[in-house]
Amino acid sequence: ASTLVYVDHNNGALNPAVRSAINAASKLGGDVTALVAGGDDASVAPVILKAQEANKYTHILAAASSVGKNVMPRVAAKLDVSMVSDVTGISSEDTFERPIYAGNAMASVKSSDAVKILTIRPTAFDEAAAEGGSATTEAFEVDATQDLATFKGQELTKSDRPQLADASRVVSGGRALKSSENFSIIYDLADAMGAAVGASRAAVDAGYVPNDLQVGQTGKIVAPELYLAVGISGAIQHIAGMKDSKTIACINKDAEAPIFQISDYGLEADLFKAVPEMTEKLK
Amino acid sequence: MSLKRALVGCKRVIDYAVKIRVKPDKSGVVTEGVKHSMNPFDELAVEEAVRMKEGKKLDEVVVVSCGPKGAQDVLKTALAMGADRAIHVSYDQVDKLEPLGVAKIFAKLVQEETPDLVLLGKQAIDDDANQTAQMLSGLLDWSQATFAYKIDLADDGKQLTVVREIDGGLETIDVKLPSVVSTDLRLNEPRYATLPNIMKAKKKPMKTTTPEELGVDVSPRLELLSVAEPPARSAGIKVESVDELIDKLKNEAKVL
Repeated sequence: ASTLVYVDHNNGALNPAVRSAINAASKLGGDVTALVAGGDDASVAPVILKAQEANKYTHILAAASSVGKNVMPRVAAKLDVSMVSDVTGISSEDTFERPIYAGNAMASVKSSDAVKILTIRPTAFDEAAAEGGSATTEAFEVDATQDLATFKGQELTKSDRPQLADASRVVSGGRALKSSENFSIIYDLADAMGAAVGASRAAVDAGYVPNDLQVGQTGKIVAPELYLAVGISGAIQHIAGMKDSKTIACINKDAEAPIFQISDYGLEADLFKAVPEMTEKLK
Repeated sequence: MSLKRALVGCKRVIDYAVKIRVKPDKSGVVTEGVKHSMNPFDELAVEEAVRMKEGKKLDEVVVVSCGPKGAQDVLKTALAMGADRAIHVSYDQVDKLEPLGVAKIFAKLVQEETPDLVLLGKQAIDDDANQTAQMLSGLLDWSQATFAYKIDLADDGKQLTVVREIDGGLETIDVKLPSVVSTDLRLNEPRYATLPNIMKAKKKPMKTTTPEELGVDVSPRLELLSVAEPPARSAGIKVESVDELIDKLKNEAKVL
């Protein structure tokens, strides 16, 4: 194999998910080339296509980040190949595992295309070491200017807390919080634990928190050391986003909630009493 | 200035509330006798197009579904929500229809229908591929705006300002029309199709075609080797108090 990995960055820092993609690429065997390009998403696809034209890679990978998801299908269509999204396992050079139906089933798919295009689910692969490589760097000049889209601005959620996608601890709240004001007890507990804050789709849909906190198949997929689900019943699409966490704990007053079925530790309690108590005891 | 026409994709999928079952022979999931409905992300796309029409920003909403005869049911729902006409691209082996094939079908329909805008859900909740919109805009060399949170048409009708959901928050881009836009969760709240509207929708036109008639090769490139249950996670223990929970997390799991 000879593999190209698209390096997703924010003009300064590497997206940590790329290190997982590089680890996945190394499992394919053969050379791994990392492509770093500037510019916005829309101009990235032509750069990857030029690199492919020049070097005829057998595989092109990116992390399944918002940039990877945006760019890679466009590259695949231009090369007239199908694409395999959200790969969680590499069985061979042409056979890959991926979740379907919100993680309720795992599909094994074999690609017959000449070039395999994959996005990699970061939580399924360890991050490759950040240092110690021996790669050489070469410049690759392309004219990939386009005028289809203009970047206007970003409004990133500012937070001193760890980033949800790569935090070692996550505290998530659900619809049982009942309001965005009440969600402050989740933030307080997260701060006491040094954790990132997440939420169920129900809490997002109800407007308690912004969508970028959503954990689940249609939101973020996380796999921290500790995932604490508070007032979350455990809908299948939420579980798909966090079931690979090392330890799962939950606080819920409904003993029948499905979240207890997948929790290592379950506390049946009123969250409005238990959460402030836990925050106080961890301070 | 209003746009002339939008094409909107509607995939028929197993209803989001159904707990799917993997077939014992691992060939797929059980679909027979299971409730199906419109892919929730496509409902957002239909709703957005209908709202644009109601706001006089769009003249005609054409909904498209690729799949077996049952796909006509979701098209009827879309017509009842307010779409003007429907195109059913008949294809029985829908589980072998890959996003690349669907994108090629849409690219052909774009040639025939000459829309200014194609609105698609960001992903279908069965294969979770999240590819079709991006592939279509690639095939057409059109602009793309994925994971839309808010869509505004410029007064001159020549571009859209789209606020997009990205990993760390939101991003705003201007895209030149024609464009392919994929919808994300918070774009709107889709309406329910009311009974009178369902009755009215029966009179709206629905055309049926096939990939062959369109001259599109949709032969699969991927072979599904097996579908298996995900590794199960077993339930642990119940703790009695906050103190016990903290103790277990600190001393047993060692994660605090």
